[in-house]
Amino acid sequence: MTITHAHPRWNIRKFFSRFSQYFILSLIVILVLVPIVILVFGALKTRGEFMTQPYVPPIPPRWDNVVAILTKPSYSFWQMLRNSLIVMLSVTSAVVVICSLAAFVFARMEFRTKGLWFNLFTLGLMFPINIAILPVYFVLRQLDIIDSLFAVILVQTAFQLSGNIMILRGFFTAIPAELQDAAYIDGCSAFDFFWRILLPLARPALGAVAALTMIVSWNDLLVPLIVLNSDILWTLPLGTMQFQGQYGQDLSLVSAFVVLSALPTIVFYFIAERQIIAGLTAGAVKG
Amino acid sequence: MSLPAIPNIFKLNRGTGSPRRLQDNLTIFLFLLPGLILFLVFVIYPIFQSIYYSMFNWKGFGPAEDFVGLDNFKNILGDKVFMIALRNAFLLIVFSLLLQLPLSLILAVMVGRDLPGRAFFRTIFFMPYVISEVITAIMWLFLLNPNPNRGFVNAVIVAFGGEAQPWLGDTTLVLPSLFIALTWKYFGFHMLLYMAGLQNIPHEIEEAGRIDGASAFQNFFYITLPLLGSTIRTSVYLSVLGSIQQFILVWIMSKGGPVNASETLATYMIRFGFVRFQLGYGSAVAIYMFLICVTFSLLYQRLTRQPDYLTGL
Repeated sequence: MTITHAHPRWNIRKFFSRFSQYFILSLIVILVLVPIVILVFGALKTRGEFMTQPYVPPIPPRWDNVVAILTKPSYSFWQMLRNSLIVMLSVTSAVVVICSLAAFVFARMEFRTKGLWFNLFTLGLMFPINIAILPVYFVLRQLDIIDSLFAVILVQTAFQLSGNIMILRGFFTAIPAELQDAAYIDGCSAFDFFWRILLPLARPALGAVAALTMIVSWNDLLVPLIVLNSDILWTLPLGTMQFQGQYGQDLSLVSAFVVLSALPTIVFYFIAERQIIAGLTAGAVKG
Repeated sequence: MSLPAIPNIFKLNRGTGSPRRLQDNLTIFLFLLPGLILFLVFVIYPIFQSIYYSMFNWKGFGPAEDFVGLDNFKNILGDKVFMIALRNAFLLIVFSLLLQLPLSLILAVMVGRDLPGRAFFRTIFFMPYVISEVITAIMWLFLLNPNPNRGFVNAVIVAFGGEAQPWLGDTTLVLPSLFIALTWKYFGFHMLLYMAGLQNIPHEIEEAGRIDGASAFQNFFYITLPLLGSTIRTSVYLSVLGSIQQFILVWIMSKGGPVNASETLATYMIRFGFVRFQLGYGSAVAIYMFLICVTFSLLYQRLTRQPDYLTGL
């Protein structure tokens, strides 16, 4: 009797709490999406339409700006895309290889000075690139590699090491010790165990680290901004910033460029959302 | 999550000098080598080198010869603009801790563990985090345009009968404006951390609280919040470090202006290092920033527990 009495009342309360939950969450969804939508609207208008009606949906959409950016050689969109791809792929492969080697040693091998070296790497977390950029610039000048993609790749890789070694070490430590014992008894060397057993097992972790590194490298502006002078070497973020500086008056054209340069990231995000999130939360939350 | 290290009962003979031990040492050396070289050359060495340069008055041409001792460090502390940068870093930290993180936490709790549509909300809220800072900055530069026919924010304000604001052109409004853009970009990241933290709290504990008659508020403040402790610590840590080194968004949206009102430590350093080419002075600023970060990290670890971010799993 009490149950049948209590049940509907609880349901109404639950309904209202759910309703307000969805209401607030939808409001935030709108706040997150409006800036993006306005930008896309602007990108699909002519300059004149943008001046007279900046906020209405572009009906019909005008593809002039988009086509201009994709085809006009002086905007060098494809050149920048290519540079960004070279940097991103190099950095990501380097980070995955170097970090899994180091993380394996820190997670699975014993030696006397291990703590010392590990703490050295944690120091990197307190010296992020935004602070280090000027000191790093001196080193690049001494090595005489200023104004090359190679320098961008080296610096981005170096500053991705600390965090990713921590993440991978965590994953590697979670793989049962019995596996390692069994492998050693069967005559595996440390390298065999790493290559044939640990890496295949850690594939999701490597995917997470790769996805995270790709995003960070692809979006980085500071290192290219400081290192690269020649415009044929500009990466997409640097090119986007310069484009905004040069054509800032033509808001619809700049909007189109910004949308096009954001597109690869958004597409990649929808493909690799799971890996990106796994990497971030592993780095920060587990425990 | 991590398994306790099980003592290796089958430990084979690994005395020093055994071939096995030798092989292991070689593996350790070769595996650490590439990471160490990059790290020492591009992270550790620059720290020491900029300590050296910070004691010179050096324009970057030829060797540094004009030794000035600690003058650069003294002059920085005497510069009003540096003090503004410090104040702005502090304000950004306060804004983040009082507004951005609570907002993220509330949203994470709202989305919770099993709300239908959870994945959708997470995908949307987290999206700004993967969009680059350049794009975020240009987007908000447009939105905050002082002319209501160009800037959407002012258009909305005017539509509701308000008055258009100069936002980025106003010395008092510029920092809150930047903070709004920063929040738009970063709240999803913190929400994600909290959601993952919530995922680790067993459902049964809150269930038990409810059965024992705890209200939703009691449940949240006495059960959920304390159990989220380590996640909150991490999120606060990352948020503070992020606020201290904020650069790209500020550089593109306001260049640290108007009249230095939105200067941050990083824009201050870049201005002296790469715009005015006072490299010795810029190095000293970098050293100060590094010291602030290290001091904060060590104090924070001492005061709380070591952030989980640093201990890995």
